[in-house]
Amino acid sequence: MKSVNVITLCAASDLIADSGVCVLYKNTQIALFYLPAETPALWAISNWDPISEANILSRGILGDIEGELVVASPLYKQHFSLRSGRCLEQDSQRVATFKVELSEGSVLLYP
Amino acid sequence: MTGKRIVIVGNGMVGHYYVEKLVALPQQFDITVIGAEPRPAYDRVHLSEVFSGKKPEDLALTSREHYQQLGVSAHFGDEVISINREAKTITTSTGRNFNYDKLILATGSYPYVPPIPGAEQPACLVYRTIDDLGRIRAESKNAKSAAVVGGGLLGLECANALQNLGLQTHVVEFANGLMNQQLDLRGSQLLRRLIEELDVRVHTGKATRRIAAGDDSRLKMEFADNSALETDLIVFSAGIRPNDNLAKSANLEIGERGGIVIDYHCRTSDSSIYAIGECALFGNKIYGLVAPGYRMADAALSQLTEEKVAFQGADMSTKLKLLGVDVGSIGDAKGNAENCCSFEYANEKTKIYKRINVSADGKQLLGAVLVGDCSDYDNLMQYYSNGLELPEQAETLILPSSSGAVTLNASALPLTATICSCHNVTKAQIVDLIDSGAVSLAAVKTETAASTGCGGCAALLKSVVDAELSMRGVEVNNHICEHFKFSRQELFHICKIESIQSFYVLLRKHGQGRGCDICKPTVASILASLWNDYVLEDKHVGLQDTNDTFLANMQKNGTYSVVPRIPGGEITPAKLGVIADVGKQFDLYTKITGGQRIDLFGARLNQLPEIWKILVDAGFETGHAYGKALRTVKSCVGNSWCRYGVQDSVSMAIFIENRYKGLRSPHKIKSAVSGCTRECAEAQSKDFGIIATERGWNLFVGGNGGMRPRHADLFATDLDDETLIKYIDRYLIFYIRTAARLQRTSVWLDNLEGGLDYLREVVIDDRLGIAAELEQQMQSLVGTYQCEWKTTINDAEKLKRFRQFVNSDADDTQILFVRERGQPRPANAEERKLMELTP
Ligand code: SRM
Ligand SMILES: Cc1cc2nc3c(=O)[nH]c(=O)nc-3n(C[C@H](O)[C@H](O)[C@H](O)COP(=O)(O)OP(=O)(O)OC[C@H]3O[C@@H](n4cnc5c(N)ncnc54)[C@H](O)[C@@H]3O)c2cc1C
Ligand code: SF4
Ligand code: FES
Repeated sequence: MKSVNVITLCAASDLIADSGVCVLYKNTQIALFYLPAETPALWAISNWDPISEANILSRGILGDIEGELVVASPLYKQHFSLRSGRCLEQDSQRVATFKVELSEGSVLLYP
Repeated sequence: MTGKRIVIVGNGMVGHYYVEKLVALPQQFDITVIGAEPRPAYDRVHLSEVFSGKKPEDLALTSREHYQQLGVSAHFGDEVISINREAKTITTSTGRNFNYDKLILATGSYPYVPPIPGAEQPACLVYRTIDDLGRIRAESKNAKSAAVVGGGLLGLECANALQNLGLQTHVVEFANGLMNQQLDLRGSQLLRRLIEELDVRVHTGKATRRIAAGDDSRLKMEFADNSALETDLIVFSAGIRPNDNLAKSANLEIGERGGIVIDYHCRTSDSSIYAIGECALFGNKIYGLVAPGYRMADAALSQLTEEKVAFQGADMSTKLKLLGVDVGSIGDAKGNAENCCSFEYANEKTKIYKRINVSADGKQLLGAVLVGDCSDYDNLMQYYSNGLELPEQAETLILPSSSGAVTLNASALPLTATICSCHNVTKAQIVDLIDSGAVSLAAVKTETAASTGCGGCAALLKSVVDAELSMRGVEVNNHICEHFKFSRQELFHICKIESIQSFYVLLRKHGQGRGCDICKPTVASILASLWNDYVLEDKHVGLQDTNDTFLANMQKNGTYSVVPRIPGGEITPAKLGVIADVGKQFDLYTKITGGQRIDLFGARLNQLPEIWKILVDAGFETGHAYGKALRTVKSCVGNSWCRYGVQDSVSMAIFIENRYKGLRSPHKIKSAVSGCTRECAEAQSKDFGIIATERGWNLFVGGNGGMRPRHADLFATDLDDETLIKYIDRYLIFYIRTAARLQRTSVWLDNLEGGLDYLREVVIDDRLGIAAELEQQMQSLVGTYQCEWKTTINDAEKLKRFRQFVNSDADDTQILFVRERGQPRPANAEERKLMELTP
């Protein structure tokens, strides 16, 4: 494994349980979802919704569709998998996912 | 060798259909497609929807990738220019050559432009392809008016599109009536009246002689009768002509007036070459609809299989909505058959005309015309296409339903009945599918493609599927989503009876999985209706739609709108000034809404608290424009000012709006109060409406504007203030308790067993003995009202939610505006591209 710089994105207290917030990392907007009942509890995908072309995914409703954790776009309601970034309704659309971790009160990003 | 290499020329609707069916055959072929348009096949039938909001991409029937996956070699934006029949090769305009064993010509047709001097100017266009749409849109930018040449089906469709672009629209027709091919004289006259009422100007009997430069507009059409019409834009829709040049130059047989001659097998005069769709001439006729084209494709394709089918002509019946007017034409619409006997129903008041033409013995339906009301179309079509014997008194088929019309029950249709003519799906196929395990409408649609063509059969298909399923004892399921096996009404009762106050408790006890964007907001709304908690309580936060979470409506670019409550539409100049100041300070787009208040658009997430602080300090409250809740109570000025007013409608509207503001419900609720029967507040289009009388108030219920307008029903008359409020309290809570998710009062009332009479029994006579309880629930909701914005701006913890980024104060730099008429609006995709390129 090659060693990487770990970045602290924000404090764990900035997260909202069962909902999303957005962080800015360089020029990228990352949507962070905190699901205390899941393992892992923290998930990160791009905030950009490629279908409505706006930075809004952090403001969608979380849930599952046939067991797959998803966020629903608040504009046109497509579902994006938190695990893979895949859009369940339009296979050709996929958003970036990020490797993140909750550690000692901070949210860490492995870029 | 039976033809391994198949080349299809033209990738329109019919060419594409052929390819899809071809790859589904068990044999292997080497398939090549060449399409002249720059993009793969799309749904031309629904082209006009691009003007009413669809994107061109939404029309796509396939994609390059899809063809690739199917192993089809497809070439777009190239044209076949010659066929060498001896060598069995074709050549394209870019010089590519392909060999074929079988050649399929699916080249379609083009719009005919009459040879009128001046018709070659840039503002003279046609309407057939996605590229045409772009040209029309570009030319319409600086235009005020437009004229369509041709009053047939496509011409009127085009007029509709032009009107959607906001142009004053004219239809110029050479003949004496509209849609001459499909309608009889009376039908055509009524259609004209209905269309003129929509402000489309119709000019019939006009032969255009010349198109010159206009005096006030770009162009001037000069007619043979020496009259003239000024317009900025002309679209020709004067009929179609088959694309038969390629076939002609290869010396295939061509009809006298064009069209590639085919036989029953869709073979041209060269047995290796087939022609299908709008380029083909069968029995001296071009079939200008998509369903006959599909039948030709089926016939041509069957030549590669054991089971040969023949093309024997096709039915040209159609049902359309032109400029919002229902029009239907079946078979022999004009009653040309010998000895045929016609029945007509005409209603000048409701503007409906229906006619059926029946065989001499009264047993068979030969044709029909419907204008203004197409609800009998499916029924008549079944009699016509299946040759069913007509009832004794055939006229009952088109008389208004109060007189006991005979409606064909879905289960009474014979198995041979065609349900979807676009995809040739019979009732037998649907029954087979259900017998072999399909249990939903969706499954039947996927398997048979029924109702995925023109969509005209959707209602019939649903009733056939529903009838078959319920005959087999399958319950048509009303579960709100995969997480709860209950309807909204059942969940409401569970929450109430078990005093459940959180989504997760409900999920644990009665659901499965983690919930989703359907059940979470539904349950949040139920909990709010029952307990009226602040919607941003921690335990409710993740349940809300973004609009509820941030107490504002999200707009297309991720910004929000701000709608302060203006009860009854009454506002002081000073408060108007505050709104103006906020608009200026935050550079928001400002608009008067259809609900008698003011909407400020374009606020960034992080600006919302600041904006609302100013508004709340000035005495404004939230307008709940974001919630499924009470919206506005409109008013007319009433007896304080108006010479006709008999009650104080403004005071009543303000009282009502303040009483029910914040009330959460299955869908939004709107109301209005008018000061006299002239009804200037449009109360009869509201969920509940109030109209003043000399003696008190008349209460109306179940009205709706929007997609399916419904006139409200008169519920009770001459009520005093107190009784009026009591009835409204009971009515609203009864609705909230029993309606389905996202069901407006109009649909709820239509579905309420026992209807209006039952509602009166519950609300007025208290037949269920729950009136006191309903009133009490309303009282407790009214008593616990809070302005959510006021609560929010005073809570530092809650305000944290309104940060764009939790780790930075930066703005979202991808939100871009341009200015129009002195105000900002979201930049569109092209503008955004330009702005991002030039920082
Ligand atoms: C702003 C406004 C248009 C305007 O510029 O005038 C508007 C804007 C929207 N309307 Fe409306 N409607 C507006 C008056 C109306 C009216 C007229 C009226 O209320 O008298 C109607 C017809 C009356 C009725 O509802 O029966 C109307 C029928 C609809 C419908 C169709 C409802 C139906 O039952 O068919 C929708 C869609 C829906 O709710 O599902 C809708 C949905 C919407 C949404 C929420 C669409 C959306 O999801 O983004 C728009 C959000 C506005 C925003 O972001 O603030 N809007 N809408 C009007 C706001 C009124 C207000 O002050 O609150
Ligand atoms: C606005 C509008 C509304 C309509 N509404 C209805 C409706 O409600 N119901 C209905 O049934 N029908 C409707 N129609 C008609 C329907 O669209 C046509 O019947 C159908 O598209 C015919 O399909 P086709 O494949 O034969 O021809 P097309 O769809 O015209 O396709 C032919 C294709 O072949 C290409 N081509 C031509 N020559 C060559 C060449 N030499 N080399 C390569 N490619 C070539 C053309 O560019 C074109 O893409 C409507 C049409 C329009 C324009
Ligand atoms: S409804 Fe009656 S009172 Fe109200 S403005 Fe109209 S005419 Fe006047
Ligand atoms: S009849 Fe056109 S889709 Fe079924």
